[in-house]
Amino acid sequence: MTEWLEKHAPKMVLAPSFIAILVFVYGFIGWTAYVSFTRSKLLPKYDLKGTIQYERLADSPRFEVALTNLAIFGVLFILFATIIGLTLAILLDQKIRTEGPLRTIYLYPMALSFIVTGTAWKWILNPGLGIESVMHDLGWTDFAFNWLVDPNLAIYTVVIAGVWQSSGFVMALFLAGLRSVDNEVIRAAMVDGVSTPRIYMSIIIPSMAPIFLSAFIVLSHLAIKSFDLVIALTGGGPGYATDMPATFMYAMAFSRGDIGQAASSATVMMVIVTAIIVPYLYSELRPRHD
Amino acid sequence: MTDISVNSVSSEKNAARIRLAQRIALRFGLYAMLLVFALYYLMPLFVMLTTSLKSLDEIRTGSLLSLPRDIDFTSWATAWSGACTGIQCDGLQPFFWNSVLLSVPAVFLSTLLGAVNGYVLAQWRFKGSNILFALMLFGCFIPFQVVILPMAIVLGKLQLAGTIGGLVLVHVVYGIGFTTLFFRNFYVTVPQELVKAAKVDGAGFFRIFYSIFLPISPPIIVVTVIWQFTQIWNDFLFGVSFSQAGTQPITVALNNIVNSTTGVKEYNVDMAAAIIAALPTLIVYVVAGKYFIRGLTAGSVKG
Amino acid sequence: MKKSVLLTGALALGLTASAAHADPQAEVLHWWTSGGEAASVKVLMDEFAANGGTWTDMPVAGGGGDAAMTALRARVLSGNAPTAVQLKGPSIQEWYEEGAIGNIDDVAKAENWDALLPAAIADHMKCDGAYCAAPVNVHRIDWIWGNSKVLADAGIEPPTTWDEFNAAAEKLKGMGITPLAHGGQAWQDATVFEAVAVGLGGPEFYRKAFVELDMDTLKSDQMKAVFDQMRTMRGYVDDNFSGRDWNLATAMVINGEAAFQIMGDWAKGEFINAGKVPGKDFTCTSPSGGAYLYNVDSFAFFNVDGEDNVAGQKLLAKLVMGGNFQKVFNLNKGSVPARLDVSMDEFEFCGRQSNADLNTAIDQGFLLPSYAHGMALRGAQAGAITDVVTAHFNSDMSSEEAVEALAQAVANSL
Repeated sequence: MTEWLEKHAPKMVLAPSFIAILVFVYGFIGWTAYVSFTRSKLLPKYDLKGTIQYERLADSPRFEVALTNLAIFGVLFILFATIIGLTLAILLDQKIRTEGPLRTIYLYPMALSFIVTGTAWKWILNPGLGIESVMHDLGWTDFAFNWLVDPNLAIYTVVIAGVWQSSGFVMALFLAGLRSVDNEVIRAAMVDGVSTPRIYMSIIIPSMAPIFLSAFIVLSHLAIKSFDLVIALTGGGPGYATDMPATFMYAMAFSRGDIGQAASSATVMMVIVTAIIVPYLYSELRPRHD
Repeated sequence: MTDISVNSVSSEKNAARIRLAQRIALRFGLYAMLLVFALYYLMPLFVMLTTSLKSLDEIRTGSLLSLPRDIDFTSWATAWSGACTGIQCDGLQPFFWNSVLLSVPAVFLSTLLGAVNGYVLAQWRFKGSNILFALMLFGCFIPFQVVILPMAIVLGKLQLAGTIGGLVLVHVVYGIGFTTLFFRNFYVTVPQELVKAAKVDGAGFFRIFYSIFLPISPPIIVVTVIWQFTQIWNDFLFGVSFSQAGTQPITVALNNIVNSTTGVKEYNVDMAAAIIAALPTLIVYVVAGKYFIRGLTAGSVKG
Repeated sequence: MKKSVLLTGALALGLTASAAHADPQAEVLHWWTSGGEAASVKVLMDEFAANGGTWTDMPVAGGGGDAAMTALRARVLSGNAPTAVQLKGPSIQEWYEEGAIGNIDDVAKAENWDALLPAAIADHMKCDGAYCAAPVNVHRIDWIWGNSKVLADAGIEPPTTWDEFNAAAEKLKGMGITPLAHGGQAWQDATVFEAVAVGLGGPEFYRKAFVELDMDTLKSDQMKAVFDQMRTMRGYVDDNFSGRDWNLATAMVINGEAAFQIMGDWAKGEFINAGKVPGKDFTCTSPSGGAYLYNVDSFAFFNVDGEDNVAGQKLLAKLVMGGNFQKVFNLNKGSVPARLDVSMDEFEFCGRQSNADLNTAIDQGFLLPSYAHGMALRGAQAGAITDVVTAHFNSDMSSEEAVEALAQAVANSL
């Protein structure tokens, strides 16, 4: 009996979590996919009605905007959060005397939700209240920073606030990476007279490839889920210029009573997630000979 | 001859001076850059803090980035114990405890599950365990808006609708993916020989876990607890969907204070309330931030 | 909890408690959370408690009720519906069709609601002919609020037609004053849009377009004219209007930075809080030619278990329609009572004006539901229209493109 228990303990320990994931993630994805083939309105219904929801989605200019925004936001957000995070980590790694406080300053936005900081950001980015108006008060009257109110540029302000929140975390990842790079190799390179920038470019950064991957995963998951950010900052506006798939889905499901449409947009989102994540998981977890 | 040697000495001195100047300039530039970034990160907090200390008149008339004329803490008191979150005007206080009651068990359980799952997936691999891990990881990416409706149905069936227990369940379920990832990546760095040797000594599955793995885990536990606590404390969507009167978490109350649609806004109270609601996570980051980096360094980042 | 255990115990012993004897209980889901609003609802809670009831407050603010509706869906799906829910317009019937809403017809019959309420508003409160919701107030949407001093300095009379408005706006613009204070959020764009539509097209046009969703009307030249006027008005707002909260727009009028705002009568509360006197320091006029766009807040009563909850629903319904609550609530909220027999003596100038216009509109059949505030259409259709309105207002879309998009979006949402 105990022997049997011992042998199967690993699987039994894993089982509750796995069953929970099976039901609450995959079961729910399946449920959503099913509902996307119905004409559910206020509450979910279970009579299949074909692909009408996807046809409606294809006809929706707003969803098109939402997908475009996800692409713009996703690329810029991941790019800038990575660059800034890496830059900060490298700068902080130069034996900075005030590293502790600075690190905390860079990291703290991660602790706050956008329900907390949304209003402050809205004010800062608003041309009439924030940076632009302060610059004008200081006498720099030509200064213009009105992205928030420009339908074509508003999505970039969402990037600014998003990067603000997440780049500190990326910095922490990279800083941890820098601290675990083999010091011997670096010392050897320095003895050989290799310049500091070169050491970073050709030795340290390449050795942190797994961290780039971790950062990419964390950031892409934040990008796809970005919801509070948009709601707090622009409410999807001007017009629906900063709508994203997550906010689109939420509006359809909860303020419009159009659950079928919401389910179809959610299914499209899940397909996008799969396309991004599965290759990563595959490369990460394929059997290695180590 | 002498001329030359004098010249070379002075040029060497010059070169050293230039190098020193360069280094100082570089150093100066470095600190300047770090400072500029610090300002970018601090700006929203600065705006929130100063606004919360201003009077409403000053907010209406003054500049956003100016310091308050008179420091006035009344809006903080109002936010904590007097602001209206509905008919009751008891401020954030009662909701604060709801959040504590739900986040403490949820953080504990999801961390515990993550630890044992990570242990199995890193050290007790079996056929298909990598696929199980991949399936669990994928769960991290599900947008939470998607799960609200089916989750509501399930919670109703489990008789957990509107309870703190229900909210704990939801947070644990959607936290497992990340906690498992953290622990698994940490435990993977432990040499398998160690486990093998322990097995030879007759130690079993659980014994190896708590006598070998648990003792080395504090760094990764810190990372996981910080991550989970932040996620759960800041959650609004689950909180608003799966609570009822009496179980609403602090984010829902904060939202009620700052987001009224057709009422009069008191921005100083809004800002004070926002800072109070964020205080626990802020403190955790400030106090434990050092350990967070250390924990990440200790191995979780090695994919 | 304890109470329900006791009750079940009593039932088990065969001591069947009648509804009148069960202590009324109510968990009330609403999004009136700001100071003034909360004070208004508190009147109801106090009356409820004075009649032996226990009120459990379930406030969820945000997004004009979006967050509350999220919570409501989750609650209903989990079989745990609140006793009473702040709900309005056709969504009451929509929830009824889902089988979630109960019935308070006996209270309504006993209190003779049919005689007390305007027929149009009573219809909103009925599911299949029986009362299932109780109205709290009538907000008027199509108001133009003006700063009296700014108008007097410019020599402008408060506008009562859109032509007058345009003339006034041009004059103000020439003087360097922002004519229209506006917040560029989708619902505010829609609020302006429907006021323009009813003023330019008249009540019949409005009804055909936004109640009946008549395709020809949606694509008509009249609709193009409405979008043209929206484009004109885009020229009257300041550069930074995007995303501005409505109350900040009101503040611009209060401070004299801008002359007008088009907003429902909750805006009045901001003026009054700033110490301004209605009719004297600020003006309230309607550009709708006798039509009246209403937004009626109401409580809908969901299917609940337990006699205490049912008793709570009945008591709540009775109190909501009580003369005292209707008066006190609306004095606080800026709206007017839904029942027509409440004395308006204590109301200020704009409130009395609203009540007088309401009565005239009823007589003429010009009482119209606000589409922008969820009174005329179901969520999907109203949302589809708002998408087009806000996209047009915030881009350089032509009126021709806008009406095409409007017809397509509405068709796509059905």
